[in-house]
Amino acid sequence: MSAPQDLPSDVRRPARGALAQSFRRCVAMFVKEFIQLRRDRPTFAMIVGIPLMQLLLFGFAINTDPKHLPTAVLTSDDSPIARALIGALRATDYFDIKYVARGEADADELILSNKAQFVIQIPPDFSRRLVRGEKPAVLLIADASDPVATSGAVAAALGAANQALDRELIGPLASLSQDAAPYEMRVHRRYNPAGETRRNIVPGLIGTILTMTMLMYTAMSVTREIERGTMEALLAMPILPVEIMLGKIAPYVVVGAVQMATILIFAALLFQVPVVGSLFTLTTLTLLFIVANLSVGYTFSTVAENQLQAMQLTFFFFLPSMLLSGFLFPFYGMPKWAQYVGEALPLTHYLRIVRSVMLKGSTFGDLAVDAGALAAFTLIAMSVAVMRFRQTLD
Amino acid sequence: MSVEREIAIDARGLTKSFGGKKVVDNLSLQVARGDIQGFLGPNGSGKTTTIRMLCGLLTPDSGEGTCLGYDIRRQQKEIKRCVGYMTQGFSLYRDLTIRENLEFVARVYNLEAPEDAAQAALERLGLAARADQLAGELSGGWKQRLALGACILPGPALLLLDEPTAGVDPKARRDFWDEIHHLSTQGLTVLVSTHYMDEAERCHKIAYIANGRLLASGTMPEIVAGAQLSTWVVTGEALDALASELKHQPGVDIVARFGSALHVGGRDQAAIERLARRYGAEGRRQWKRDEPTLEDVFIDLMTRAGADR
Ligand SMILES: Nc1ncnc2c1ncn2[C@@H]1O[C@H](COP(=O)(O)OP(=O)(O)OP(=O)(O)O)[C@@H](O)[C@H]1O
Ligand SMILES: [Mg+2]
Repeated sequence: MSAPQDLPSDVRRPARGALAQSFRRCVAMFVKEFIQLRRDRPTFAMIVGIPLMQLLLFGFAINTDPKHLPTAVLTSDDSPIARALIGALRATDYFDIKYVARGEADADELILSNKAQFVIQIPPDFSRRLVRGEKPAVLLIADASDPVATSGAVAAALGAANQALDRELIGPLASLSQDAAPYEMRVHRRYNPAGETRRNIVPGLIGTILTMTMLMYTAMSVTREIERGTMEALLAMPILPVEIMLGKIAPYVVVGAVQMATILIFAALLFQVPVVGSLFTLTTLTLLFIVANLSVGYTFSTVAENQLQAMQLTFFFFLPSMLLSGFLFPFYGMPKWAQYVGEALPLTHYLRIVRSVMLKGSTFGDLAVDAGALAAFTLIAMSVAVMRFRQTLD
Repeated sequence: MSVEREIAIDARGLTKSFGGKKVVDNLSLQVARGDIQGFLGPNGSGKTTTIRMLCGLLTPDSGEGTCLGYDIRRQQKEIKRCVGYMTQGFSLYRDLTIRENLEFVARVYNLEAPEDAAQAALERLGLAARADQLAGELSGGWKQRLALGACILPGPALLLLDEPTAGVDPKARRDFWDEIHHLSTQGLTVLVSTHYMDEAERCHKIAYIANGRLLASGTMPEIVAGAQLSTWVVTGEALDALASELKHQPGVDIVARFGSALHVGGRDQAAIERLARRYGAEGRRQWKRDEPTLEDVFIDLMTRAGADR
C-alpha cells in the first residue's frame, strides 16, 4: 500500500509546531466546556451560591467562641470572697451558673450528662487559706471533649482570676492583692487534654468548600460524555487524553477562583477574618489547591463507570478530607495512622497554607513543603487520569 | 495495484468477540477509493463493531487492516485525522448550538480559521439560518445533516457512516444521498451502513453480513446473480394463506410479501417451477417469473445464516 495521497490540505501540511497544535485543541475543549457550563443554568447560578451558603451555614452555626455555657458550682465556702470569685467568672459572660453541685459525684454526673460544661470547684477552706496567704487553688473542670467550645471560656477564666477579688481585698487584706493573684486557678481539661485552641474555622472553610465544589464539577465530566453518547465521536477525533483533561479542567479553575474571591470577601465582611499575609501568595497557592482537587475529581470520572459511581467516589474522598485534614479535629491530636492518611490529602496541606497566610502572614518560603505536596498530588492525579482514560471502546 | 484503483479500506480477517461471543468473525473487505460501499446486515450482525475497528475505536482480536494506507492497529492517530466517522446515535453536543458544535470540530482538527470554516459549513449545509439553535432541539433530519456536516468539515478522505438515515423522512433521506454522491464524485470514499434497500441500490458496491460473517459482497447485479435464486411473483387473492402454505414446501427458500405481491423463490429451480405450475393452474392467482430483488436475496441470506446457527 502506497502512502496516502489526495488527503485534505490541512492533514498533509504539518502546519504549526506540535505543541501549538496541542494547545489549540486544549482551547477547543476549554471553549466547549465553558459554553456547556454557562448553559447549565442551575450549575452556573450555584457557582457563587453554594460556597456562600456553606460559608453562612458553617460560619454562623459553628461559633468558635460560644458564651453562656452551662456551669455548676461545687463549694461549701459561702464567704463573700468565694461569692465574689464566682461573680467575677459570671461577669465574663462565658459561664452561666446553672447548678450547685452537692458533691464531687454530683458534679461528675452533671458533666457526664452534658448538663454542665464546667464545674467550678472551690475548696471548703478557700477564704481562710486565702487570707492566710496560702494561695489556695480553685479548680475549673472543663468538658474539653469539644475543645472549640471550651477554650474561649477557659482563657477568660484565667484572665478574670487576676482582678476577681480586687474589691474584696481591702483594708488589712490589701497586701494580698499586690501580686498577681492571691489564689491559683487550676484548669482541668477533661476528655481532651490537648485542647488546642482553634480560631481558624473560617480559613479552613475556604479549603473545605473548594474541595467539595471542585470535586463535584470534574467528577462527572468524563462519565457525562459517555452517558450522553458524545464520547464516541470525541474519541474518533484527533485529540489526546491529556488535551481533553486540560481543556475540561481549565474552566473550573476560573470557577474556583470566583468562589475563592466570594468566600474571602464574605469572610472579611461577615466574620471579620482579615488576610494578614500577602493576597498574591494566598491566591497563587489556592489556585494550586483548586487544580489539585479538579485533578482528583477528573481522575474519579475516568475510573467511574457512571455518574452515580463518580458521586460516590467524590463522597468517599470528601469524608476523610473533612475528618482527617485538621479541619474538624486538631491534626496533632489525631492518632499517628490518621495523621499519615491526613498527609496524603490535599486539604491537609492547604489548611496549613491558608491558615498560615491568613492568620500568621506566612510567605511562599515558609510554605514550600505544603505547596510542593499539592503540586506532587496534582501531578500524580493527572498522570493516573491520563493513564486511566480509555482511548478505545474495548 | 498499478492497474486497479487505489484501495481505501483493506480489512483482512477482522475478528472481535465480546464476552466469548464472536461479534465479527473473520471479516475481509476491500473498498476502492471513491466508491460508495453499502454495508448491510440484520440488527446485531456486527456492522457498528466493524466500523469501530476500522476507525481505531475498537482493537480487533485478530486480523489486519488499513484505512487510507494507515494500519488500523498502530496508526489510529493518522486515521483519526483523515477519517470522518458518523456514529449510529447522535453524538454531537446537544447543549451547544449548531455553530458552536461546528467550531468545536474545526478547532479540534486545527483548521486555520475555525470560525470561518464553521460559517462555510453552515452555508453549505443550508443551516445558516439555524446556526444559533441548540443541536439538541433539531429534528431528526436536521440532526443527521448537522452530523454529516461536522464529519466532512475537516475534509476527510474517507467517511464511515453508521446508519446515517435511521429515522429520517424520505425527502431528507434523498437529499442526504444526493450529498453522499456529490462527495463521492469529489473523490471521497464512503462506507455506509443501512437497513434500507433503496439506499443499498444507490451504492456502488454492497457487503452483506450476518452473525459477524460476510455473506455476500460486490455490485448489486453480482450479488443478485450470485444468489442463484429463481423467483416468482404471485398476485391475486388470499396471498397470506398461500404464503403460510408455501413456507413448508420443499425447495422454497423465501416467501415474502411485497405490497400486493408475494415473492416466492428457491435455489432448486426445478422444484420452484413445479410449484408454480401446480399453484398457477388453480387460476385464482397469477404466477410470473421475475428477477430476484436485492431484498429477496438478503432475506434468503438471512434465513440461511439463521439456519446455520
Ligand atoms: N461493547 C460491547 N460489549 C458487549 N457486546 C457488544 C458491545 N458492542 C456490541 N456488542 C454486541 O455485539 C453484537 C453486534 O453489535 P453491533 O452494534 O456491531 O451490531 P449492528 O450490526 O451495528 O446492529 P444494529 O443494526 O442494531 O446497529 C450485538 O449483539 C451487540 O449486543
Ligand atoms: Mg449498529
